[in-house]
Amino acid sequence: MNECQLDRPVTARVQARIQESGSIFTLRLALPTDFAFVPGQFNELYLPGVGAVPISIVRAEGRLVDHSIRAVGRTTLALSALKAGDSLLLRGPFGQGWPLTALTGKNLMILTGGLGCAPVHALILELLARRGDFGRISLIQGVRHADDLIWRQTYEAWSSRGDVEVHLAADNSSPDWPWHHGRVTTLIDLTGLPQADTRVILCGPEVMMDHAIRHLLDTGYRAGHIWLSMERNMHCASGQCGHCQMGPLFVCKDGPVFNLPAIQPYLFREGI
Amino acid sequence: MSLCRLLSHQAFDQLIARLNALGYRCIGPRVQDGHLVYSPLARFDELPRGVRQTQVPGAVRLHATDGPRAFAWANDDQCLKPFLFAPEEPLWAFEKDADGIWRSRDIRPAPEPMAIFGVRACDLAALALQDRHFRSDPWYQARRQQLFLVAVHCTHPASTCFCASTGDGPQAQRGYDLALYETDAGFLLETGSPRGEAAVAPLELPKAAPERIDEAQQEVAEAARHQQRQLPPADALRQLQDKASHPAWADIASHCLSCGNCTSVCPSCFCYDETDSGSLDGRNATRARQWGSCFAPEHGRMAGLDVRTTVAQRYRQWLTHKLASWQDQYDRPGCTGCGRCISWCPAGIDLVAAVAALASPHE
Repeated sequence: MNECQLDRPVTARVQARIQESGSIFTLRLALPTDFAFVPGQFNELYLPGVGAVPISIVRAEGRLVDHSIRAVGRTTLALSALKAGDSLLLRGPFGQGWPLTALTGKNLMILTGGLGCAPVHALILELLARRGDFGRISLIQGVRHADDLIWRQTYEAWSSRGDVEVHLAADNSSPDWPWHHGRVTTLIDLTGLPQADTRVILCGPEVMMDHAIRHLLDTGYRAGHIWLSMERNMHCASGQCGHCQMGPLFVCKDGPVFNLPAIQPYLFREGI
Repeated sequence: MSLCRLLSHQAFDQLIARLNALGYRCIGPRVQDGHLVYSPLARFDELPRGVRQTQVPGAVRLHATDGPRAFAWANDDQCLKPFLFAPEEPLWAFEKDADGIWRSRDIRPAPEPMAIFGVRACDLAALALQDRHFRSDPWYQARRQQLFLVAVHCTHPASTCFCASTGDGPQAQRGYDLALYETDAGFLLETGSPRGEAAVAPLELPKAAPERIDEAQQEVAEAARHQQRQLPPADALRQLQDKASHPAWADIASHCLSCGNCTSVCPSCFCYDETDSGSLDGRNATRARQWGSCFAPEHGRMAGLDVRTTVAQRYRQWLTHKLASWQDQYDRPGCTGCGRCISWCPAGIDLVAAVAALASPHE
């Protein structure tokens, strides 16, 4: 991969727009050419005259790329208003993805919170496509409110395969929520995965990842066996604009996926 | 000792003419509104002859004298950064085609060759830092390739200067096409590149006597000895990374206006923001970048997370990055001792003093 990629954005057409939850929507974009990426990488999406946002790649097949986005700021709200046939612009893919080689042959715990499920979606598809290469696979997804859960049918389909354990949790849920109540961190022990032989994939809000990492380390998981995906204010996605720095790291090009020891000195420290 | 040639004030004009003939637009420091600003340069006597400069925390002042020298001051206000890393520039144009589909187009500069006179050692060292950071940036590199640099070894450091302690000056060491020692009678000229040599060869400048060269070098060495501020060595600066909870940050922040002057005048600060502007009819837009600053509230702001909410955190980010984590990125601290952040700080915050305060033991 080039170290710095400042090629101009290319035209992407919205092929479909899917409302996933009250505020989360998915754009399926058609690009001019086939799109290759590593799960965990991200694209920059440009809405001319409005702004740009870095968004993880949920899946890609041929020329089609899916991005799941929460409508929360000026640019994502404008992206949310797009419909099939509309156009925008895209640069990518950027950054370091999940370490597939290091995961091969291991049990995997994929621990996500909120929209942290998006950056691991493509990884899960890859793992399932090569299911025999991995040990147990345990998916843990937590949401604040039961209504925030997206991809319910996907989780149910994964769960019914029989070779993937799916644990879902909501902090706040109604009686018809069939899964766990409470925080995702409480589900880590429930998996019964052997610490030494398990690799952990982590993505979610920082406070959730902070708690999860403390719990994992306290219960015998090794830092070197944990990878996480970070979110920062990335403008250039090429290690130049400086916004995404954490200590000496440029999250956009040295990450967004980091092995925990590489980023631990700068992690969850106020103002860094 | 390298070959030095004599460049009289008259020959200086011939050098400008020669560079013009080679296609370079010549730029040099000139006095504008009480400041030294790089401006078009046609003749030696347009340079700030006799001008002296005082820089102290929070102030830069010029004084006229009847001295013969044109470079008897420390540094100009701008440094080289704006010539390469433009304060604001468009990156891409977005246009809706006949079917209403957004298309993109590169906007690239078409810079003309430029020769800059009076470049200081601190700024050459900072240029080398920016060259590394923007090594793959087409906009920066387009300008960089057109640049011809005439350094002048510094003989009049300001009170705010500390390039000797960072190892970057006052003698220009590398990265120039030509370098000049200034004397009362004229200049001694060294070449630093084949391009520089080719530029001056036709002028048939006389060789300088060894004792003249020796005197000129002594004067620069003397300037180094007279610098009042010293930054600790790189290894000591690395320890800033362990000082995140030092009470001095809050003390500095109580003075800091978070205005970003320091990052604007810093010759190595590289952060930028990208923004959009669109036409009223919604059919055209431009994606542009502007110098950014880690002192701006927006710098670390995302949906749902504001990375640095306090001025103390922003100042800590700036100083820790500049002096410590920069070393992990580019093998040396990001400060070359020009002192501009000290003199241009409206609150007079002194980077060197800040480092000293942070070196003190704390709980």
